[in-house]
Amino acid sequence: MNSKKSGNQTVTFQNPPVILSRCNVVGPKEGDGPLKGSFDVILHDTYDGEKSWERTEAKILERAMRGALEKVNVPSDSVDYILAGDLLNQIISSNFAARQMGLPFIGLYGACSTMALSIALGSMLIDGGFASKTLCGASSHHDTAERQYRLPTEQGSQRAMYSQWTVTGAGTVLLGDSGQGPRVTAATIGRILDYGETDAGNMGAAMAPAVADTILNHFQDLNRHPDFYDLIVTGDLGSVGLQLVLDILKKSGLNINNFSDCGVMIYSTEQDTHAGGSGCGCSAVVLTGDILNRMTSGELNKVLLIGSGSLHSSLSTQQGESMPAIGHAVCIEK
Amino acid sequence: MPNSNLRPPTINVTPEEYKQMTEKISPKPTLVKNTIMAFLVGGFICSIGQMIINFYVMYLGLAQASAQIAGTATLILVGALLTGLGVYDEVVKVGGAGAIVPVTGFANSMVSPALEFKREGYVFGVGGKLFTVAGPILVYGIVSSIIVGIVSVLLK
Repeated sequence: MNSKKSGNQTVTFQNPPVILSRCNVVGPKEGDGPLKGSFDVILHDTYDGEKSWERTEAKILERAMRGALEKVNVPSDSVDYILAGDLLNQIISSNFAARQMGLPFIGLYGACSTMALSIALGSMLIDGGFASKTLCGASSHHDTAERQYRLPTEQGSQRAMYSQWTVTGAGTVLLGDSGQGPRVTAATIGRILDYGETDAGNMGAAMAPAVADTILNHFQDLNRHPDFYDLIVTGDLGSVGLQLVLDILKKSGLNINNFSDCGVMIYSTEQDTHAGGSGCGCSAVVLTGDILNRMTSGELNKVLLIGSGSLHSSLSTQQGESMPAIGHAVCIEK
Repeated sequence: MPNSNLRPPTINVTPEEYKQMTEKISPKPTLVKNTIMAFLVGGFICSIGQMIINFYVMYLGLAQASAQIAGTATLILVGALLTGLGVYDEVVKVGGAGAIVPVTGFANSMVSPALEFKREGYVFGVGGKLFTVAGPILVYGIVSSIIVGIVSVLLK
């Protein structure tokens, strides 16, 4: 028993699930950024013809789900499970998108770590023999997140220099038990760490310890060295969290050079987002766009994605609680 | 707070050390630039207000006190309009407190929730959430005015 488990927190897949297809939809700001060539659909405005941003978010997630199936002509009823999540209360974007899909649905909440979490669980379902195809995705929308977590969108305020910009976007991957494509070979489920950060504007600082903990455990569990990977990429730490993770790992005896962060990659500095992007959609669209494109082209062969999530709510922050955070890692190999 | 019983390996940093690391790395607000911009933007908005008041006195023949009230109302209208057009949050981004403190900023804090929560209906949306931003200002403004009033009565 337990032959698929390596070490304390990692699972290695015996028949690694294949990423058969992927699709993403982003908002106009993301479509203006440095990764604009890697997105399937770029919205012209943040409503996209809907009467509320919440409806737009559910719609783009559904669009990304259908897009991933259409690209490889897989009928939707051959998908065994949809696994998806988002940032909104009661994960309404995912629930509403799944309502339209009409398939067995597992709703997830891992804040911005959701994309990595859904891929990890979707792969476990397949390798465990419980599914032959799973559709894994995540979404976020800048304006729905602003109005839930912060201020009304037209309210004037000056954001802190370390704050991040919630990405408008949805990304999905279709995983299958056989076929051609990059494979998910291992996953490390993270633990919640909380180092006492109480400033909800500084999510990178809240998430960095949990991400570093997952990275340390991943390498110990698999007895690997960072050089094993062509790219180690975190979900949405932003420029502050990225630097903190590198410093924490250095103090913990691990030096990593091939390191990046989806939140840093998705916007250019001219776009003035301060510390970079965040939100479930951030790692979802960067993974399903730029990173998997570079794997297909042969530029990258082994990638470790560590989704990073800050598991606070606006209520817990107002009550003065610090911010628990988590990191989930998935290893994708060509 | 961190769980002190985490199974190793875990990060080799104490919460105290981490606090120092975070403070060192997190970029500081650009205080000098923000202060100068707040001075300029705030001064600009107030100058416009003064011009409007002068206009009302000189060309519409209003008394000084009435012109001041009419001028304030005009600025509120402009602030509300710019909020509706999606411009005022950009002004605050540049001007900071210089754009929040004048009455146009108060208009912004009333109109932005009204716009934002319209989709949740006129009763629980607009009605229930209209004062989400301005509420604390009103509550503590009124409370402090009561305290000042009591003190002034006692001193007489």
